[in-house]
Amino acid sequence: MAFEAGKIYAVWLREVKRFTNSKARIVSSMGQPILFLVALGGGFSALIPGFNYMAFLLPGIVAMTVMFTSIFAGVSIIWDREFGFLKEMLAAPTSRETIVMGRILGGATTALLQGVLMFVLGMLFTGVAVPPLANILGILVLMTVFSCYLVAAGIAIASVVQEVETFQLLMNFLVMPLFFLSSALFPLEQMPAWLRDISSLNPVSYAIDGMRTLVIGTSHFGLLYDFGVSFGILAIAFAAATYFFNKTSI
Amino acid sequence: MDAVIVDKLEKKFNGFTAVDKISFSMKRGELFGLLGPNGAGKSTTIYMLTTLLKPTSGSATVNGFDIRTDSEAVRKSIGIVFQDPTVDIRLTAYDNLDIHGRLYGMSGQKRKERIKEVLDLVELGEWKDKMVRTFSGGMRRRLEIARGLLHTPEVLFLDEPTLGLDPQTRRHIWQYIEKLRKGGIAMMLTTHYLEEADYLCDRVAIIDRGRIKALDTPRSLKGIIGGNIIRIEAREPQKLAEMLKKSGFCKAPKVDGAVVSFDVKEGGKLVPKIMEAASKAGIEIENIEMRLPSLEDVFIHYTGTSIRAEKSAGGGMMMGRRAHGF
Repeated sequence: MAFEAGKIYAVWLREVKRFTNSKARIVSSMGQPILFLVALGGGFSALIPGFNYMAFLLPGIVAMTVMFTSIFAGVSIIWDREFGFLKEMLAAPTSRETIVMGRILGGATTALLQGVLMFVLGMLFTGVAVPPLANILGILVLMTVFSCYLVAAGIAIASVVQEVETFQLLMNFLVMPLFFLSSALFPLEQMPAWLRDISSLNPVSYAIDGMRTLVIGTSHFGLLYDFGVSFGILAIAFAAATYFFNKTSI
Repeated sequence: MDAVIVDKLEKKFNGFTAVDKISFSMKRGELFGLLGPNGAGKSTTIYMLTTLLKPTSGSATVNGFDIRTDSEAVRKSIGIVFQDPTVDIRLTAYDNLDIHGRLYGMSGQKRKERIKEVLDLVELGEWKDKMVRTFSGGMRRRLEIARGLLHTPEVLFLDEPTLGLDPQTRRHIWQYIEKLRKGGIAMMLTTHYLEEADYLCDRVAIIDRGRIKALDTPRSLKGIIGGNIIRIEAREPQKLAEMLKKSGFCKAPKVDGAVVSFDVKEGGKLVPKIMEAASKAGIEIENIEMRLPSLEDVFIHYTGTSIRAEKSAGGGMMMGRRAHGF
């Protein structure tokens, strides 16, 4: 493996510039999570007296924001293939690992920015208290790991699938189940056993559970598991991304 | 040392031979053309030489570096202008170049200087901070050329540099290419536009179905055909062809629809004689023309088909994917 800092920066810079160049998209991509938070959160909070469901939901919605942006960033290699820019990168005297690394960091940066923005907005809506500094750092670390593995997974998928048509399919059959069949929306303890079992196999549940622990203090798996699983998935996803992206050609 | 040396280079895709053991070399400072219809193997050849595709067999060196074992050194020393657009339309022209420079490991000061130089070269200086999305096809192609030159490569590969551009823009791009030639950079250009190869290239390799059929200067290639080409339209082309053969005007006239054509050494003297012989034989001639051979004639001579006729048929290997766009 060969990483070159200047070239990783070049790939990172491209991701970030593209992101900041489309301010309309930043705003519009916040709309859906906010709607989820307000409508779902507000509605269920009224159904369950004595339980601040909105506060419970917030980490799930932050995770949703990070998730969509991250996977989109990874899978956007499909678009780069379609619109030709992938050739420019593959033809450069730059290792594949460098490109993968730059894209992961670039995608994670944009996802993290949105996640943090969503978090701040969400705290205003839900009245969740600002967590202590150590917790904030923990949340950022977890969000970064979460985002990086999702970008990496997106890269791996985009390297194999290669066709734009499959993009929507991926979003519907992968991203949506990953979100709904996780700990994002409901406390796992109160779910039916089958749903709890499926959600426990879903790595996304751990990232959300960890964030929730650090925000409002209720934990299902325990922080050690949350971080452990997330870092483990990161290692696997990174290996998969480099492996499959190495095999891809123009 | 030649800029590019190709030795029995071959590429197969699932049993289909796209490039069939071709060999040639390109000199330093030369503008070398690969001329052929779509699907002839031009792009595949370029992709192999630029290390984007691995050859099935054979070898090649670019600037003295082996394309199979030293791909990084090859990549550093070449510039590529791809057939399909590859600039990022959601970035400014400047950012496209800046990121390219960084990917090629150019240091800050050098990068800034070169960006200005190449932008001036393709006259995009005042557009540098505009999103490429707002650029016309010709401007985008110019930006691609600027980008291909940014890291001062020794060889520039241009894959169909004027494909899909209107005639005026094409002329414009040709001017840039000529300007570059004067600067001494070696260029390999693929095209299926005969006039482009004829106008620009020092030497042209005619490539068809993965093989090089002829390689020489456009002038010498046209010399192979000989003096003039005579083209006659007649109501009874077969009868006319028979007569031409019998009277010894030519050995093997080609009949295509109502048109009989053949090449001769000195057409000017022959035309009146043919007219006379035809009227004696009672064959009505509707139109007769005489012209100097073009690369099109050379192409037909070597491949047996017109490059235009094949244009729609082939639909190259590498382009297939693009056809599914959304």
